[in-house]
Amino acid sequence: MKFAPFDYVCTRSLAEVYDLIEARGPDARILAGGQSLLTTLALRLSEPSVLLDIGGLQELRFIEERNGAIHVGALTRHCELETSPLIAARLPLIAQAMPHVAHAAIRNRGTIGGSLSLADPAAELPACMLALDAAIVLASRDGERRVRAEAFFKGLYHTDVRPGELLVRVEITPLEKEWRFHFAEFSRRRGDYAMVGLAAAARGPGPLPEELRLAFLGCGDRPVRAREAERVASGSASAPRAERYSALRRALEKDLEPQSDPNASSETRMHLAAVLADRAIEALSG
Amino acid sequence: MNDSMAARPAPLVTVTMTVNGRSVTRSVEPRTHLIDFLRNELDLTGSHLGCEHGVCGACTVRVDGDIVRGCLVLAVQLEGARVETIEGISASGEITDLQEAFVRRNALQCGYCTPGMLMCAAEFLRTRPSADREAIRDFISGNYCRCTGYHAIVDAIAETVEARRSAKGRGGHR
Amino acid sequence: MNSFKGVVGTSVARPQARRFVFGRGRYTDDLRIAGTLHAVFLRSPYAHARIEAIDLDAARTVPGVVAAFDGKAIASVCAAWTAQFATLPDHRSAAQPPLAVERALWQGQPVAIVVADTRAIGEDALGLIEVQWHELEPLPHPVATAVADPAHPPLHAALGTNIAYERCIVAGDPDTTLAGADRVIKRRFQFTRHTGVPLETRTVLAEFEPGLRRLTVYQSTQVPHQMRAIYAELLGLSEANVRVIVPDVGGAFGVKLHLYDDEIAVAAASMLLGRPVKFVSDRLEAFVSDIHARGHTVDASVAVKNDGTVLGFEVDDIMEMGAYSVYPRTSVGEGLHAISLTGAPYAAPALRARLRAVFQNKAPVGSYRGVGQPIACGITEHLIDAAAAELGIDPAEMRRRNFRRAGIDPPKTAGGIAAGDLSHQRCLERLLQLMDYDGLCAERASARKAGRHLGIGIAAFVEMTAPGTGLYGAAGVKIACSDGCTLRLEPSGVVTCVTGATDQGQGSDTGMVQLIGDALGLDFDQVRLVAGDTAVTPVGGGTWASRGLVVGGEAALGAAHALRDRLIDIAAALLDVRRDALVLSASAVRERDGAKSLSLAELGGMMHYRQDLLPSEVERSPVVTFHVVPTGLIANGIQASLIELDPESGFVKPLRHWVVEDCGRVINPMLADEQLRGGVVQGLGEALLEECRYDERSQLQNATLADYLVPMASDMPDIVIDHVHTEVTGTLLGAKGIGEAGTIGAAAAFVNALNDALRAFGCAISEIPCTPERVLRALRRVP
Ligand SMILES: Cc1cc2nc3c(=O)[nH]c(=O)nc-3n(C[C@H](O)[C@H](O)[C@H](O)COP(=O)(O)OP(=O)(O)OC[C@H]3O[C@@H](n4cnc5c(N)ncnc54)[C@H](O)[C@@H]3O)c2cc1C
Ligand code: FES
Ligand code: FES
Repeated sequence: MKFAPFDYVCTRSLAEVYDLIEARGPDARILAGGQSLLTTLALRLSEPSVLLDIGGLQELRFIEERNGAIHVGALTRHCELETSPLIAARLPLIAQAMPHVAHAAIRNRGTIGGSLSLADPAAELPACMLALDAAIVLASRDGERRVRAEAFFKGLYHTDVRPGELLVRVEITPLEKEWRFHFAEFSRRRGDYAMVGLAAAARGPGPLPEELRLAFLGCGDRPVRAREAERVASGSASAPRAERYSALRRALEKDLEPQSDPNASSETRMHLAAVLADRAIEALSG
Repeated sequence: MNDSMAARPAPLVTVTMTVNGRSVTRSVEPRTHLIDFLRNELDLTGSHLGCEHGVCGACTVRVDGDIVRGCLVLAVQLEGARVETIEGISASGEITDLQEAFVRRNALQCGYCTPGMLMCAAEFLRTRPSADREAIRDFISGNYCRCTGYHAIVDAIAETVEARRSAKGRGGHR
Repeated sequence: MNSFKGVVGTSVARPQARRFVFGRGRYTDDLRIAGTLHAVFLRSPYAHARIEAIDLDAARTVPGVVAAFDGKAIASVCAAWTAQFATLPDHRSAAQPPLAVERALWQGQPVAIVVADTRAIGEDALGLIEVQWHELEPLPHPVATAVADPAHPPLHAALGTNIAYERCIVAGDPDTTLAGADRVIKRRFQFTRHTGVPLETRTVLAEFEPGLRRLTVYQSTQVPHQMRAIYAELLGLSEANVRVIVPDVGGAFGVKLHLYDDEIAVAAASMLLGRPVKFVSDRLEAFVSDIHARGHTVDASVAVKNDGTVLGFEVDDIMEMGAYSVYPRTSVGEGLHAISLTGAPYAAPALRARLRAVFQNKAPVGSYRGVGQPIACGITEHLIDAAAAELGIDPAEMRRRNFRRAGIDPPKTAGGIAAGDLSHQRCLERLLQLMDYDGLCAERASARKAGRHLGIGIAAFVEMTAPGTGLYGAAGVKIACSDGCTLRLEPSGVVTCVTGATDQGQGSDTGMVQLIGDALGLDFDQVRLVAGDTAVTPVGGGTWASRGLVVGGEAALGAAHALRDRLIDIAAALLDVRRDALVLSASAVRERDGAKSLSLAELGGMMHYRQDLLPSEVERSPVVTFHVVPTGLIANGIQASLIELDPESGFVKPLRHWVVEDCGRVINPMLADEQLRGGVVQGLGEALLEECRYDERSQLQNATLADYLVPMASDMPDIVIDHVHTEVTGTLLGAKGIGEAGTIGAAAAFVNALNDALRAFGCAISEIPCTPERVLRALRRVP
């Protein structure tokens, strides 16, 4: 299908974006990389009256270290995260996750701001933000506010972005000393959105993780930190595989509420989540 | 469906970009994606549409040096941009060796996926050349081919990687 | 058999490929015809609904919209059609209109057509069409329920039943034979609906000239002559006034082989408007309007003796048909192949096979690559492996013991297929060598010790290629099983080949050029080929049933021999030497042992401009035509698959795949091999990924390319190909078809490999695609 008609504005500044959002109301839509927005418009399921292209706002396109935190501008493209030496060195979890996001041609345009604002529960970056406890920075005419990742994702394609706001950057304080990272997912084919995925981090001076973070994707209406499983896992890292799987599985039943869809039943997702958790612990144990 | 919109065409937007080295200016509806722009405004029919959904890769073209899905970029987003299509990179000779390898290895049947596949393979050759079959399969995965078994495509790309490598070793190609 | 030299049998590259790599393919949507309008369709959102009223007025007011027609308006210039075979008198079939008029029978059936300046404007207008729908109950889904509930009101009231066709094959006294069995192994199979997904969607551009009442249709089709006959008949035009031109075709696989309601409605709209009208199917509508295939629920069993002898098969196949039997080939071929080919590679004498083809509120089922043969292969080979496992016999050995033996077993299979002289045994031995079967078995064992689960699967198959006139002609359907070739010696000495065969990239064009070049002693680039235009080419069948090069090539070869003889006649007279002293080589007719020669350019020049110099007693025309009527050739082969199962996640990865195939002479190994590989990948797609998923209201749930998964490069293995060559007698070419071989055996080999790995867990899977969830269910890891 072709897109329904819309107006288009190539914005030149954040101030202009705020003005236009105010002037054009809820029918205006931000266009970043367009790799998700244009696919939905091609279904004619929604028909915004105007697209506000922020793609030219270079001030939103950066990866930098500021005061010990890594700041990533909203317009940073997936391919830039994938190849950034700073990300590879300081946020290796993200570097591990990026090859799982779609395909090269899509990563060349898709942006982190778009991915987080879209909040697809099966997307990789939102789960990474959770695992890394990122701060998401939202800006409006009235200034900036910072929201912790876990509070930012509020439901299916639903975030804490308020009318008149824009996601401008994320700030992540690297977990460095003694942390190891692991990203894995089950997807039907290379580059497909995951059925179930896991962004994991583990701390421990010794081979066994003492502290764990398990952030799941594809297991609910948003990315989810599995706190019960994290607790159980830290204790059962050295348990035999079958026992550990069962313990994790029981814990995940409390943490996750995966939906059934034609791709997989909730039981299948729950099972795959437990397999991923189990494998992550294996991988993260030195 | 939104009735008022359907009846109301959006104002045209004038856009100037460089396509295959030539500057072009056209006034288009904002909803025109790059492939419709190339095909209908410029008669560059080498880029194809297989889904208009970002999935199949038949529309792969280059924007400012990087491959993109042409169906997921609006022409109006490309003010000042540099666009290259199969017609352009054929004429420049950049991938003559790859094209020859595709012919020699029969890495195409109906040819519909081929321009997009070549754009994608060219990016692979440019950014991470490797004759490892898994690496090649991985990289071209976003480009569907429904006719070949992919095997010959992998052959052709691997052969080109090797040939460029040994040419380079001899101080030849690039 | 003729002896060939020169380029036949060698891997010459396809000259046409050079156009495509430069982006110079010319597909139907690439044509620019002045004044072209664009058609879009309003399609039924319901699987079954009454259309109480359609209001097109608002749509017509959209600037840029030229016209909008409902079913009644289109019916004024286009008749309805009914798919029927004189040879299948008990096939119940209903008349299908170009656009739904009173009732829509599947989600996606076209209901109205809007013609506008651009497709986008047409789509804008679709949103303004008001239809008063009254949703009706769709037929039960899945089909097994439909059959169990004969009380459900028939979809087509006049037919009195939802069973469109029923057929039973009984051979070899199954009751007695099976009573003597030591074991009967029974399975329930589920083969999900698939669709073809050619990367270029269906595209048609119809240009009606009101002055001459002539219709030219540019169409992405496999069958120009078939379409010409259909358009003429249904649109009330003389066949001489219809011309079908086939530009490059971006993949077809059987999808572009049928009459489509929307396509003929485009021709009708062009007639009503007197303007060229183009329709490019959108990918979304392709999923609900292209033909679907497969869709079988099968109970089947194999009866064996303890010594491993296979005694016979029983099959009960309920096949999904869709809302109509597809025109003009009908939808039942899929089911007929499935039952008649079950057990075909084996000597087992007994078969009881029953088919019921059932109407549904879904898109019609048509001939997609393989047409029922992958089903027969899937059933048979699964059962053979299951029996081998129960009896503790190696699967290769099980096959070795039970394959039909040429010259010993009766010439016809239990299913009535004349598969007397097939090389199953030789293909098996070659395969085992090629894949290093023993080595792989050892690797599997050591992998298992290391906790990895590899599986090896084998599947033998037969392939029906190049059918004869009994199939359609005798059925009263205007589809040529023959093909013709005209060869023209040009004044320059180049030979132009005008063929009825069509090529969607398989390489049949190249094969014909190879054949002609060799026969006439011409270089490869001295032969030019013209195809795909009913105004120009001899009437022919086109491409289907793995016939393109077999029939088209045979015609080309026949024509080349006729032209060769003629040139020799003329040269013999002019050079004053004996005919049998002359040969064609290096672009000339020359004395085998002497110095005299006449180049083809000299001969061409004389035959066009200086006929006065030619001897009068010989035929002097520079043009010959040759037609071929095939009688059906049955090919065979075998495939093997190596997979790795992750039993925790249910994911299965194909690691490697092998095909050994026997089509007699291989004209161009490189083209043949990639054709086989493409077929294998489509078969693996069926086995792993592809499925049309419907909900209980018969709504297709995954009608986008993001949700209907087809194989990508990284999901697929390298595929090793080899050939066994059994002499094919009775043709000049000595070749059988190969177009579907890859698809027919791939899924079966893959599923057997998966079941080999699953055997360690005491379970099996007999439902495709083998999604991770289905595998996990088989493993009882999820409910
Ligand atoms: C075939 C295909 C496969 C894909 N597979 C994956 C996958 O495996 N994993 C994955 O994570 N993604 C996948 N994607 C999506 C891809 O990563 C997208 O690029 C990304 O989700 C959205 O980024 P974008 O910049 O393109 O956003 P856009 O499409 O431009 O915007 C998405 C939404 O966010 C809003 N928005 C964008 N930027 C901002 C902002 N700064 N502030 C507020 N709102 C904003 C937009 O208004 C829109 O509603 C896939 C896409 C395709 C086409
Ligand atoms: S047409 Fe753009 S990805 Fe398919
Ligand atoms: S050659 Fe036909 S899709 Fe690739």
